[in-house]
Amino acid sequence: MSLLVRLRPFAFIAFLLALWQVTASRNSTHLLPGPWEAVGGLADLVRHGLLLKYVTASLFRVTWGFVAAAVLAIPLGLVIGWYRRFEMALNPLIQVFRPISPLAWIPIAILWFGVGDLSAMFLIFLSCFFPLLLTAINAVQRIPAVYVNAGRNFGLSPARLVYGVLFPAVLPELFTGLRISLGVAWLVVVAAEMIAVNSGLGFLIVDARNAGNRYDLVVAAMAIIGVIGLLLDIGMRSLEGARSLQWDYSED
Amino acid sequence: MALAESITTRAGTKLSAQHVQMAFSRDGKTTPVLNDVNLQVAKGEFLCIVGPSGCGKSTLLSAIGGFLSPTGGEIRIDGEVVSGPDPRRIFVFQERGVFPWLTVEGNIEFGLFKLAQRERRARVAHYIEMVGLRGFEKAYPSELSGGMKQRLEVARALAVNPDMLLLDEPFGALDSITRLIMRGELLGIWREERNTVIFVTHDIDEAVQLADRVAVMSGRPAGIQQTIDIDIAHPRDISAPRYLELRNGILEQLGIAHHV
Repeated sequence: MSLLVRLRPFAFIAFLLALWQVTASRNSTHLLPGPWEAVGGLADLVRHGLLLKYVTASLFRVTWGFVAAAVLAIPLGLVIGWYRRFEMALNPLIQVFRPISPLAWIPIAILWFGVGDLSAMFLIFLSCFFPLLLTAINAVQRIPAVYVNAGRNFGLSPARLVYGVLFPAVLPELFTGLRISLGVAWLVVVAAEMIAVNSGLGFLIVDARNAGNRYDLVVAAMAIIGVIGLLLDIGMRSLEGARSLQWDYSED
Repeated sequence: MALAESITTRAGTKLSAQHVQMAFSRDGKTTPVLNDVNLQVAKGEFLCIVGPSGCGKSTLLSAIGGFLSPTGGEIRIDGEVVSGPDPRRIFVFQERGVFPWLTVEGNIEFGLFKLAQRERRARVAHYIEMVGLRGFEKAYPSELSGGMKQRLEVARALAVNPDMLLLDEPFGALDSITRLIMRGELLGIWREERNTVIFVTHDIDEAVQLADRVAVMSGRPAGIQQTIDIDIAHPRDISAPRYLELRNGILEQLGIAHHV
């Protein structure tokens, strides 16, 4: 029974694919290529060695933009959150920058960094920086006072208080923020690559359309983007599930 | 006999609070919380502070712990003015301050970072045994019951060998059976370790069962209305006339009729 239950979602997906295939092949207007065509497109990409190249290019940009944002935003956010005055001073600025879509920065990114990897990475950096900064600020402010007081009571030095109490206390929330930011980064990279670079999955989508209306390649690229996004999320969730992170304030 | 015991334990003064004032300011308004609190606690004494809820008992205890500074008067411990938290006096928190990201062992070991590895191990093992958490060394607080978490917090406090324990309604969140068991265990530990204990509670029975002396606080702004010696030997018979007499005396002090 359990095997059947587990197979059910896959069976449903197979059913939808079949439905899609039938509709696509019966429809002469060609509004959407069928799954079989998309698989053909995928095979084409593999044959030309483009699939791996583009996936690597996209992942490369996401990784660096995301890592740079995490390295800067998290420590900065922790400090801002700890010192109320900082937060009061900087909050209006953060609130103004936060709702600006990273895509609005594309012209400026190109002006500063030209067409290339650096522009795309900068956009991804921006898309992760503000959410991560806010996550870190909130995480610090939500640390229950008892933990900090207990730490001080046992005579901890400031450094020990930071890595023995503050850091473990904010870690679960930071991880949730990192997971969400990585998802956003993966959304933004596709858009950034459509304009700011000449490789990657986003570039593949616009290029396939512009150079000969290869919609089979467009659909193939979309499928790849979806699968990689899912894998990234699964990877982050499995990190979150680590034993020492499984606690939460709520369970106490 | 109990009287003799409480007299001998009052040999030296551990804590003395003189004319302690505490006021909180918020939005330009000042609210007095403590008004002229005077209190002496002897070395090794078990003192309970009772009072109506919100009267400032916890505030007084936080000031004794060094987490708040009085706005007037002074608190001295061993003759020194209290200027901040200190591992010699450990505060056991109302909301259970055990660290959820550390195991039982990790929590007890938390305050022992200055000790050598071997000494650390020995202390952890000793206090795990004492509070009855053997077999749970590697468990996380989320896997423990409320009573076990409270025992863990007491063990973490005792492990650093403090000469004072400050407990802020430590058993308030426990069910009544666990609470009774915990009182017995706390008394057992206190008899073994002989720390000075200041125990804040709103439960008058708890105070009369545990304390050498009960300090009754008045409503806000609070002062110490009276202190009452509990001259009954342990283990205490909670239906004895003397017990009831002391209990009723405190109820009357608080202005509560003991008829429901």
